[in-house]
Amino acid sequence: MPEAQVPASQGSIMDREGLQALLDVLTSRGFGVVGPRVRDEAVVYEPIRNVADLPEGWTDRQDGGRYRLERREDRALFGYAVGPHSWKQFLFPSRQRLWQARRTETGLEFLEEPSRDERWAFLGVRACELCAIAIQDRVFLGGVHRDRSYAERRQRVFVVAVQCAEPSGTCFCVSMQAGPKATCGFDLALTELLHAGSHRFLVEAGSRVGQEVLAAIPHRPANEDERRAAEKVTALAAARMGRTLETRGIRELLQSHPEHPRWEEVASRCLSCGNCTMVCPTCFCSTVEDHSDLSGKHTERMRLWDSCFTLGFSYLHGGSVRKEIRSRYRQWMTHKLSTWFDQFGSSGCVGCGRCITWCPVGIDITEEARAMRSSLPEETAHV
Amino acid sequence: MRDPDPFVPRLFRVEEARRENADTTTLGLVPSHGEIPSFLPGQFFMLYAFGVAEIPVSVSGLSGTGRLLHTIRAVGAGSRALCRLRPGDFLGARGPYGSAWPLDRAEGDDLLLIAGGLGAAPIRSALLRALAERERYGRVVFLYGARGPTELLFRPELEGWQRRPDLEVQVTVDHAPPSWRGSVGVVPERIGHARFSPAHTTAFVCGPEVMMRFTASALLAAGVSSERIFLSMERNMKCALALCGRCQFGPAFVCREGPIFRYDRIARLLFLREI
Amino acid sequence: MSDPKIALAGHRFFSGIDPAIVETLAECAREVSFAAGEYLVREGEPADRFFLLEYGTVALELHRPGRDPLVLETIHEGEVVGTSWVVPPYRWSADARALDLVRAIAIDVRCLRGKSDSDPKLGYELLKRFLPLFVQRLEAVRLQLLDVYGKSPD
Ligand SMILES: Cc1cc2nc3c(=O)[nH]c(=O)nc-3n(C[C@H](O)[C@H](O)[C@H](O)COP(=O)(O)OP(=O)(O)OC[C@H]3O[C@@H](n4cnc5c(N)ncnc54)[C@H](O)[C@@H]3O)c2cc1C
Ligand code: SF4
Ligand code: SF4
Ligand code: FES
Repeated sequence: MPEAQVPASQGSIMDREGLQALLDVLTSRGFGVVGPRVRDEAVVYEPIRNVADLPEGWTDRQDGGRYRLERREDRALFGYAVGPHSWKQFLFPSRQRLWQARRTETGLEFLEEPSRDERWAFLGVRACELCAIAIQDRVFLGGVHRDRSYAERRQRVFVVAVQCAEPSGTCFCVSMQAGPKATCGFDLALTELLHAGSHRFLVEAGSRVGQEVLAAIPHRPANEDERRAAEKVTALAAARMGRTLETRGIRELLQSHPEHPRWEEVASRCLSCGNCTMVCPTCFCSTVEDHSDLSGKHTERMRLWDSCFTLGFSYLHGGSVRKEIRSRYRQWMTHKLSTWFDQFGSSGCVGCGRCITWCPVGIDITEEARAMRSSLPEETAHV
Repeated sequence: MRDPDPFVPRLFRVEEARRENADTTTLGLVPSHGEIPSFLPGQFFMLYAFGVAEIPVSVSGLSGTGRLLHTIRAVGAGSRALCRLRPGDFLGARGPYGSAWPLDRAEGDDLLLIAGGLGAAPIRSALLRALAERERYGRVVFLYGARGPTELLFRPELEGWQRRPDLEVQVTVDHAPPSWRGSVGVVPERIGHARFSPAHTTAFVCGPEVMMRFTASALLAAGVSSERIFLSMERNMKCALALCGRCQFGPAFVCREGPIFRYDRIARLLFLREI
Repeated sequence: MSDPKIALAGHRFFSGIDPAIVETLAECAREVSFAAGEYLVREGEPADRFFLLEYGTVALELHRPGRDPLVLETIHEGEVVGTSWVVPPYRWSADARALDLVRAIAIDVRCLRGKSDSDPKLGYELLKRFLPLFVQRLEAVRLQLLDVYGKSPD
């Protein structure tokens, strides 16, 4: 976890071999490196060892309900936007044991989870994903009750961010002030520079550990041209957002229109499958289950990702509070863009576009927000 | 040193299990090690029945012998398993969690404690505290509605309360056999018959949501200020730590800002469907 | 027994009423009392009175073949027993039984009808006071019907 900011570095340059050296240094320092690779026709985050594991020469085409990998004309390693995975699956696993209980001679005994020494290095973290991690940090660590397992995983993570060059058709991080340039929250940040046959990375260190790691790999100081080229990468990306979302007054807009007819309209399309919540890098809702063995003497308390789109989510004995899809979609979108501010002091959306891409019917949060706003008179729409 | 894990329950032993009515049992609990955790009336614990479930249950009081009391109605797997526990059995408990009845804020006011059904459990802990510090309040009124006479909780105690000169008790049931000596009717109807001065009254209400809505309306009609009416809300809960997202009620987490809310702060949400 | 006029004017149901109307009402009023267990009225009988309870409690009961009678509602000091006189067929729709010693002012409805026909103000005043009672009862019955304390909130 990046500690206190270090003085902004002037940037260093490393080449593809330098990237391999980075992977090796991280591995030798005991990190399990996870990064992007192509699997099942998508870019996913999995353990990697070599530069060759990365999605070289691939890019993604995304739109509402559509995701397709395509060949690039160059050999870019990070020339895609984001896939269905996010880093939350490592920090907040989709399935996790919370504790165990055992019947003993004298009664009952609760067994805590031992602290584990796994240490992850995340390679290829986008600006929006850094924001998403910061949001989940506030959820899991910012309250009175801290999630210990999250804290333990989180504090050991080494983050290698990669500046965005290729926003997808569903990206809107600019609207959410979450990207495309990563400015903090990383140990190292890379900007991939592809130019006339040369393939280099501008590297910035964001923490002391980052500086140490950088020191252990071959690099040289960046020159002015290289720095300018790197700036241009994110500036161009910012200009090519696939979507926009007007955030002005959105918090009040949603909370003050719980009976808006648009909720009914979106409910007629929504399947309540919960895909949007699974792929969202900030969604944190969970359920618990008891798994007992056959002897009845031992049981495991499991925590699993859950979704506000399931009927059971709001169950009270006798029935669910949110029976209609309309109420469930309203809950989700209002939470993301509005009540999240009340709860955690920021938006719950970073504009990564995953919920739009992975919705089987292409429901688009930016479009829903626009429709709701445009059907209202100016003054109420802007509050 | 590792931080404590807030998910792991503490081990408690059942010291008493008193049947209240056909489906409700009061458990008296003591921790296997260490002190009884201190709590405020209105707060709840997560009670864990081995291998079955962990559910939120309000504290219904502290017994004279220092047991933590929880009054549980068997409605599903978790609550049934807890109601089956007998003295000597063990369970897990963690807490207390959530907001409390604002007994300090109500000082000097008439206190109207209104319970419907199982709502008598969290109201009881407020009542006991108010009676223990009786001089802090003006009139104290306990209004209690239940389905029928056989479903009343805390019956032996209720008789004692009814005899107290410094407490007005009104019990009303939805239906009754002719042998029932008390009132038949609903809680909101009884409000007009209780003695309190509306301008200086704080009301605590706990019961099914519909009952609380009607009761709050009757309180407002009687002249009680919406800032002095407090309700105890329920939503699905899995963690009670503001970490699982299940208990959201508009912008609030019921496990964190609630379960006790000031009426004027949630009135809008109360009248919305499926929030 | 006390003067029905004073008792009427002091009863909660008629609080704030015009003294002139009290005069008229008093001409149709008399004080009555019932021992515990006695019936004030019986289901099906002509509804020719209503009662302003001064003290004691009255239970409205329905009897059901083969089962215990069911208490639908109890009526307490300061409240009114009897609304069936207002609407046809002017017959009691439940038994009213005294649960303890009950004292009440009974108003003779036939006497009252004669007077309110010639005095629209009296009729209006009565309606104004009985109407909220109907609305309150309706709301209460709704709540009872919901069986909010039952196991399944449906
Ligand atoms: C703050 C609070 C205080 C409560 N205090 C009491 C009390 O003092 N006594 C008492 O008997 N009951 C109380 N309840 C209700 C009690 O928690 C539920 O009856 C219980 O969770 C039902 O679980 P079950 O496994 O028996 O039933 P099931 O119907 O099998 O429930 C399955 C799951 O749904 C959830 N659930 C179902 N109903 C509720 C509910 N009403 N509230 C929250 N989650 C629910 C739980 O996670 C439960 O594990 C309280 C609830 C809350 C939120
Ligand atoms: S709501 Fe959609 S766009 Fe926003 S962070 Fe979640 S998945 Fe990304
Ligand atoms: S919005 Fe789309 S992804 Fe989300 S639940 Fe509805 S259909 Fe599924
Ligand atoms: S119960 Fe988990 S957030 Fe409130």
